[in-house]
Amino acid sequence: MKIERVIFHRFFVPGLLGLIIVLLASLPLYYPSTYIFVLLTSIFMYIVLTVSWVIFSGPTGYISLASAAFFGVGIYMSAVFGKVISLPLVIGIGGLASFCLALLVGALTLRLRGIYFSIFTFGLVVLIQQLLLWWEVVQMHTRGRFVIVVNNTTIYYIMLIILVALMLTAYLIRRSKYGLALQSIGEDEEAAAHTGINVTALKIITFAISAFFTGAAGSIMATRWTYIDPYIAFNPLFSFLPVLMAIFGGMGHFFGPVLGAVIFGYLEEVLITKFPYYYMLIFGTILVIAILYLPGGVVGLIQKWRKGDLAEQHANP
Amino acid sequence: MVVMILNVVISGLLMGGIYALIAMGLSLQYGVGRVFNISHGEFIMVGAFFTWALFSAFGVNPLVSLVIVGPITFIIGFILYRTIFTHLRIKSPSPAAFEGSSMLAAFGILFIIQNIVLAIWGANIRGYTYLARGVNFGGAVFAANRLVTLSFAIIIGSAFYIFLARTRLGKAIRAAAQDPATAGLMGVNINLVLALCFGFGALMAGLAGTLVSMCYSVDASMGLGYTIIAIIVVVLGGLGSIPGSFFGGFILGLIGSIVTYIEPGLSLAAYYVIFMLLLIVRPAGILGRR
Repeated sequence: MKIERVIFHRFFVPGLLGLIIVLLASLPLYYPSTYIFVLLTSIFMYIVLTVSWVIFSGPTGYISLASAAFFGVGIYMSAVFGKVISLPLVIGIGGLASFCLALLVGALTLRLRGIYFSIFTFGLVVLIQQLLLWWEVVQMHTRGRFVIVVNNTTIYYIMLIILVALMLTAYLIRRSKYGLALQSIGEDEEAAAHTGINVTALKIITFAISAFFTGAAGSIMATRWTYIDPYIAFNPLFSFLPVLMAIFGGMGHFFGPVLGAVIFGYLEEVLITKFPYYYMLIFGTILVIAILYLPGGVVGLIQKWRKGDLAEQHANP
Repeated sequence: MVVMILNVVISGLLMGGIYALIAMGLSLQYGVGRVFNISHGEFIMVGAFFTWALFSAFGVNPLVSLVIVGPITFIIGFILYRTIFTHLRIKSPSPAAFEGSSMLAAFGILFIIQNIVLAIWGANIRGYTYLARGVNFGGAVFAANRLVTLSFAIIIGSAFYIFLARTRLGKAIRAAAQDPATAGLMGVNINLVLALCFGFGALMAGLAGTLVSMCYSVDASMGLGYTIIAIIVVVLGGLGSIPGSFFGGFILGLIGSIVTYIEPGLSLAAYYVIFMLLLIVRPAGILGRR
């Protein structure tokens, strides 16, 4: 039993993930359909948003609503620099700009805990949106910008690369002593500080790393939308969706948020064009139900079911 | 010069009246009930839509609608608290966990209410005219409907304050605001009181919605903006302090009016700057206790 588990975790899981990545990367060779690239890119985007939110907010318990700000900064960087420099550089700049913003916000919000942190981070989204809008409309007398167009396959590949890099980072953080330290911050911040963890630095740097990936995702997604303005770029929905997807998927397991993002990303693409209002209505209902009855999310449900299964096996050998 | 100052101050107060009412509602829900109600603005939107629908379909006077909209939003809020938030509060391991999960549940409610309204009335911007003639105030001219709005905001706010200060239920609410656990031990039916608070918060939002619809156009996505303003005012005035929210509303209205006079596009951004500075410097608010 034990050796089976070790083999499963050492070889089977990484092997399966490797296979999935290879399959996804070679998809254009044997399934060249634009629809599937667009769909998968959206799903990847949701995974990136959700997992990068979970890197910081999962273990520490600080509910950040700044995702839309970082995403929007990435989008705007892409709109500003897209025509001047090459695409990989643009994405790097988008990520770095978000990284720096997160360092600044992290340094400012150190004293805030609980709900105040959430309010502050959410305020940030609307503040940047309003300032940009004012700058564009009043100072520049324009509204919005055009973004260079990139073909769907390139967007797909770049999003895949960001996704793989993010998953690796998330895994390494989780497995390292820093992941453990973040967990202890979430359980008791003062106790964590007393055990010699540099709580402040760790929180800020993790927040910034999570912002980097959100910003990078924003700067590549901008090329798909071709036109952006402050309302599109800094849409508060992008602050709430990652939280929702993570909770729906379940934060107790590494792949829970991924599962949540895949399910929601797919449902959105399928349903939003057909029943926009009912889709959002269902969305809200699922959120409320998930919070009320699924504290462990979908993954929690699966784990419970498997445990029940195991218990049954033990009961009737 | 005098007319200009009068203009800025009075339009600030007119705006502030609505802000004060909205913030008092959120203060009850968040300051007392600990529900960080992101869907607060949706009750404003529902109130405004009901008033518009009653006015355009049956010609009901908006001031009469106050009496109809209030109970409806109160019942919606009360039922929501009893079905969702009581359940969450009992299950949550800590008050902080409850704040987080109730915020997310409120976000779900926002989606539900907004999209029900969208499905019924669509995404168009609606409006009606009521008392739109001008009233002269020492040279500055204001629409009569906004003056009616201000006076009703003050009347409703003061009535509610007297209710909190003088009645037995008001005392129970204030006790629950200070310490829900101890209030429960002292014989306050805490689940009922918190649900009533949430209902009253929704009622205030609904009434504010009716008042808003007299002066401004109504659409299904108007809620979030008001929610954000309410959050700012509640933090400005101090959590759980009802008078703080009331005065905070007028202060924010004045600030908004001054900024709008100087640079029209920046009023919302100015609110945020003030709000974020306040969060960093004095998270307990101007009249807050902690």
